[in-house]
Amino acid sequence: MALTGLDIFKKLPKTNCGECGVPTCLAFAMKLASKQAELDACPYVSDEVKEELSEAAAPPIRTVEVGFGENAFKVGGEVVMYRHEKTFFNPCGFALLIEDSASGEEIEKKLSQVKSSQFERIGQILKADLIAVKYSSGDENRYLSLVNKAKDLNFPLILICSDEGVLKKSLEATKGTRPLIYAAQERNVDSMASLALEYQVPLAVKADSLDNLSSLTEALKSKGVKDIVLDPGSRSLKKTFENLIFIRRAAIEKKVRSLGFPAITFPNEEVSDDYFEVAYAAGYVVKYGGIVVLNDLSPEKVLPLFVLRQNIYTDPQRPMQVEEKIYEFASPDENSPFLVTTNFSLTYFIVSGEIESSKIPTWLGVVNTEGLSVLTAWSAGKFTSEKIASFVKGKSIAERINHKKIVIPGYVAILKGELEDELPGFEIIVGPREAGDIPAFLREWKT
Amino acid sequence: MENLLNSYTGKIREVTIGGDGLIVGGQNTLPFYLFEGEMPHKPLVAMEVLDIEPTDWPPALTEPLSGVLNDPLKWAKKCEDLGADLICLYLLGTSPDGANKSPEEAGELTKKMLENIKVPLVIYGSGDKEKDPKVFTKVTEAALGKNILFGPAQEENYKLVAGAALATQQNVIAFSPLDINLAKQQNILITQMGVKPENIVMDPTTGALGYGLEYCFSILERLKLAALQQNDTMTQMPIICTVGKEVWKVKEAKVSEAEEPSWGNAEKRGINWEVVTAFTLLLAGADIVVVRHPKSLEVLHALIKELLS
Repeated sequence: MALTGLDIFKKLPKTNCGECGVPTCLAFAMKLASKQAELDACPYVSDEVKEELSEAAAPPIRTVEVGFGENAFKVGGEVVMYRHEKTFFNPCGFALLIEDSASGEEIEKKLSQVKSSQFERIGQILKADLIAVKYSSGDENRYLSLVNKAKDLNFPLILICSDEGVLKKSLEATKGTRPLIYAAQERNVDSMASLALEYQVPLAVKADSLDNLSSLTEALKSKGVKDIVLDPGSRSLKKTFENLIFIRRAAIEKKVRSLGFPAITFPNEEVSDDYFEVAYAAGYVVKYGGIVVLNDLSPEKVLPLFVLRQNIYTDPQRPMQVEEKIYEFASPDENSPFLVTTNFSLTYFIVSGEIESSKIPTWLGVVNTEGLSVLTAWSAGKFTSEKIASFVKGKSIAERINHKKIVIPGYVAILKGELEDELPGFEIIVGPREAGDIPAFLREWKT
Repeated sequence: MENLLNSYTGKIREVTIGGDGLIVGGQNTLPFYLFEGEMPHKPLVAMEVLDIEPTDWPPALTEPLSGVLNDPLKWAKKCEDLGADLICLYLLGTSPDGANKSPEEAGELTKKMLENIKVPLVIYGSGDKEKDPKVFTKVTEAALGKNILFGPAQEENYKLVAGAALATQQNVIAFSPLDINLAKQQNILITQMGVKPENIVMDPTTGALGYGLEYCFSILERLKLAALQQNDTMTQMPIICTVGKEVWKVKEAKVSEAEEPSWGNAEKRGINWEVVTAFTLLLAGADIVVVRHPKSLEVLHALIKELLS
């Protein structure tokens, strides 16, 4: 699958012209192999070679882009079965389903959810990614008016429409916005392919078995359609779970190119109860869903799903970090305790959770340790007395508290002496080793 | 599709809990991968009961359990009636930092609990490294012949805890702090004490959704892969995840809608938080999940049933 630098080098002009920005063709080839350069940077390589190299270097699952501009949504491009093997790259997307047969009031409510159900967490905005607009009223004007309304929200669209005439009009109305069209099936594969090619949009394909799905994508590829999203047609948790595993396995372990595409799932069609819709969707976040279509975006339903996606798609090698700053709990004042800890998100969450639950006004200084936990950061030299001292000075902590006491985590008790040397006038107090003991510690606190 | 199937060399051990012999484990395939293996025993959903009345639970939890929260026996009975596979009695009240109940009181409660319910019993100590072994001595004596599952056996006290399991022939929970190597190490140490591998269930530390779930998730996946693909016998113990205890202390699961209007209905949000955490961990390899809300129990049972159908 992955080509080596030497394999690539053989196909390059070998003139060492340097126009790609790298002095030699060999060095350029090495950069290509490690994905630090793009083949397009070479002005002399032939189209034929380009095609050959891009096919060979393509990830086992194609990355498909829906929408355009800064709201464009990218899905696929995964290379492993389990996140610990490397990471999952492109977070799956959540789509809000709106049917044109719904009442005007219902439609307005759903459209407003797209903006209201957004949350900030660890420096990321958590939100839905797409709006799926479904033609079910039989009234084409009604559908087109909904498509236009959804388009105005600047979210990537999925046009779910079984009438090709209406679909074509919707594509005209959304020209240039690159919606995903749904869906090519055995009966309409030729005409849907033509629409996808004419309007340069990604195409979803639906079949009742993986074998049939695979033949359909072969047919589409031979016509030149490259951006494909798979719907294995199943509408039950058990069967969809199985299909998603098979699709991912086929693409990654068996290099089956015809199934090397992201998959779309419809928990909204599999079950009507809200709790189950959330649970099914969670299952597809964990196990290989690419786009997950939901009936609504009520915050109590989507917040857990958005956070799950953030968790599962975190790079296991790059821990989540929180911002270096002073966090305040329960309006602390100049007499409140001042604790310091590291900026590893889990450390922060656990420590802040315990402080919050104690309801005792507290300052928490979070030092940037590049996302390492207390002990790891200490042993890596990223949570040292110098670092803590410069944080304390840099953030003018002396002005916030009048007791001049700083509490350090129990695990770095060893830093007490050094820190007192670095911070004359401050008393360094060794706090608990475990976060769970923080509330008791805070209750005993006396200035 | 046939050439997409994998086979596994190892299988998860069967651990028998309770007087009537409820079995957990035994699968020779990844969680719910029934197209290429078997799960002879379904994953279990336990409900948590405390030995003291909880003071910091949100209304989403106290309302459906109102009237029983101050009586562990009634509480456990209610959970049994709701269909819990196991009762997980958490002896928080024995903590020296809290109510500091005596080991004798814990033993007495265990005895009454066992007379009062038919479903098997899991017992967690408060986690206090010195107190727990003393509590377990009384608890396991009271549960003689009832084959309970109890723990945690931690790095600092596993010898005493495993000793109590050995002396009374019961099952022990091997606890490790979110680290696959320590999880395996703990199993090795406890078996070296003479406890049979089929009397051990692992607790590799549970992280709630948004609070370390991804670490727990990947440790579970790695443990199950090591057990099944590499036939690593010291990772083949079933896994228990204490979901409810972790979930219901996080802000997103418990703050009221009045405090965070943009987060929506508090009760539904809390249940979703618990179900999503538990279901994610079941898909990663949990064999027992412990939850607090009756609705979570109902939803998880239905999900497991559907995936095993």
